[in-house]
Amino acid sequence: MSLDTVKIDTKEKFIELYEENQDLLKSDSPEYVNKIREKAFGNFQKLGFPNKKNEQYKYTDLNKEFENGYKTYISPKNIRFQVNDIFRCDVPELNTKVILLLNGWYYDRENLIHELPGGALIGSFQKAAELYPELVKRHFAKYADTEKDGMVALNTAFVKDGVFLYVPKGVVIEKPIQIINILMDEEEGLTQHRNLYILEENSQASVVVCDHTLSTPNFLTNSVSEFYIGQNAHFDFSRMQNEHNGSKQVSHLYFQQERNSYVNANTISLHGGLIRNNVNVLLNGEGCENNTYGLYLTDKGQHIDNYVHMDHAYPNCTSNQLFKGVLDDFATGAFNGKVLVRKDAQKTQAFQANNNILLTDDADINTKPQLEIYADDVKCSHGATVGQLDEDALFYLRARGINKKEAKLLLMYAFANDVIKAIQVPALKERIQDLVDKRLRGELSRCNSCQMHCC
Amino acid sequence: MLSIKNLHANIDGKEILNGIDLEVKAGEVHAIMGPNGSGKSTLASVLAGRELFEVTEGKVKYFGNDLLELSPEERASEGIFIGFQYPIEIPGVSMVNFMKTAVNEQRKHKGLEPLSSQDFLKLMREKKALVELDAALANRSVNEGFSGGEKKRNEIFQMAMLEPKLSILDETDSGLDIDALRVVANGVNKLKSSENATIVITHYQRLLEYIVPDFVHVLYNGKIIKSGGKELALELEEKGYDWLKKGELVQ
Repeated sequence: MSLDTVKIDTKEKFIELYEENQDLLKSDSPEYVNKIREKAFGNFQKLGFPNKKNEQYKYTDLNKEFENGYKTYISPKNIRFQVNDIFRCDVPELNTKVILLLNGWYYDRENLIHELPGGALIGSFQKAAELYPELVKRHFAKYADTEKDGMVALNTAFVKDGVFLYVPKGVVIEKPIQIINILMDEEEGLTQHRNLYILEENSQASVVVCDHTLSTPNFLTNSVSEFYIGQNAHFDFSRMQNEHNGSKQVSHLYFQQERNSYVNANTISLHGGLIRNNVNVLLNGEGCENNTYGLYLTDKGQHIDNYVHMDHAYPNCTSNQLFKGVLDDFATGAFNGKVLVRKDAQKTQAFQANNNILLTDDADINTKPQLEIYADDVKCSHGATVGQLDEDALFYLRARGINKKEAKLLLMYAFANDVIKAIQVPALKERIQDLVDKRLRGELSRCNSCQMHCC
Repeated sequence: MLSIKNLHANIDGKEILNGIDLEVKAGEVHAIMGPNGSGKSTLASVLAGRELFEVTEGKVKYFGNDLLELSPEERASEGIFIGFQYPIEIPGVSMVNFMKTAVNEQRKHKGLEPLSSQDFLKLMREKKALVELDAALANRSVNEGFSGGEKKRNEIFQMAMLEPKLSILDETDSGLDIDALRVVANGVNKLKSSENATIVITHYQRLLEYIVPDFVHVLYNGKIIKSGGKELALELEEKGYDWLKKGELVQ
């Protein structure tokens, strides 16, 4: 079932939507989830949508995006399509089981939870909340902060479904798990999936997420993912955003890393009308390593905004942030990255870089790398660059017979490759290299009939 | 092959080339010498098609066609090669990918099929051996972290790969020790044929002991003020440029 909304004050509209539907929202959620839901709703009432006065959202006006009369999915809508027609997974190294979310709902309604070897679980968040209350209760809404960010509060108030992954202590999932977020409908829709990833101590997993639009209407996504990475656990996360230009998405990733854990998170933004990615990392024990990378390739009127908050709460942790972007036409963007080193977090090593190439005079980027350091024995650096392609390098390539267009592509590709090479699944890395090459050449499908078999 | 007539060029309104005349035929080696700031490198840049410089007067014919009409990449594909004085580092672009793209773009220009990977790698191996280029360097990004000598050797390697008709080597000897100089010169000599020509731009006579020129030209204030055979280089080595500069002033 779905609901149409009338355009009034945006915040009021969502408050009304919640109040009208709270019985339905709560009906098939456990009590502990509904408690959190109510609290989050209260927070949303206080916070509302972030406006441009909010320093964190200075360059992206979300309030405006939510004004459209998007339909909200309170329960799953029955849209059938042939999965195999659209995604033929031909990267042999990936897990053959592809996890699909359709408009934020776990697609395979017959098999909502799958057991993987070693007792690992993957499936629907909603089902998991019902079947594994102890486990979900321990982690759900523990990392995503509903008190500060109205967007997170909104997602939590409307929480229904999403992906759930559980990897028990000591279990290693060898093959990367692929998750595809599909947006497809005949009407404009708002999706707010909620994902929970739990990796217990000494476990290991790798996840690849692809975001796609498969039909022309405009879509808006406000998703929240929480990641609990236990002691010594190892997690590799790659994400590809490839939605059409009528789509807007806000995503919030919250990582909590325990002692000696390792996270590699890589977001490749290939297409999308508006993309706002928030990544929040709490290094909650000694000896953690976190690598958060992003690559964005934008053109036309696309807008990309990456926000990272890296919280070094304990000593001896290392974090690396590298965000690189190529902006063409009149595309706009922002990068806002903060590294917080708390008083006790001695021997912290934190590095942050944001490099941008603007291909035209009309393209625009605002970049703001920040360090906030309260410990005295640390090694930190940050830096940002905004520039054009290197004219000398361009000439050198042309002087060898490489035409201007191809020479530019070589340079842009080289620039982008710094991020791509951090992807740890070799076959996926090759595929992304290929996609980025196509994207830079302007050959990548930017329409709804995505046939790129992305993984 | 190359005919330069009364070439004038400037940068930001400042005239650097002030009426150059030069004829180069197939099979010849020309050396262009001259003190700092005389316009040697500008001449190479103008011939390569660098847009920084504006040609205000004169003609350059290459195999009878107007060279100045062509883009840098067209000039390269037509067989002009510039050995850069300061080869550019291009992080992230591998030597293999760079050379493969260059070779195949030039082949496309000539209406030839691209080389197969196998044939390309075979060609790379042969040419690397020719200039004694360290195999590991070819697996790195273009010039990235190369020493001065390695960069120059890499220029000659590229020249060997692309088999140009006219090579213009801009100060290829600068920054080379005697061994590197010998290797670079050997490469140039091995590539020399009756079909191609070389213009060697240099400060010092030293390189010309290894690459023996048929003609030596002295460039001063953007003009060739004296031309002669290889013995002119020796004379310059002995007497410096001053006696010629004085001559120029008298003129």
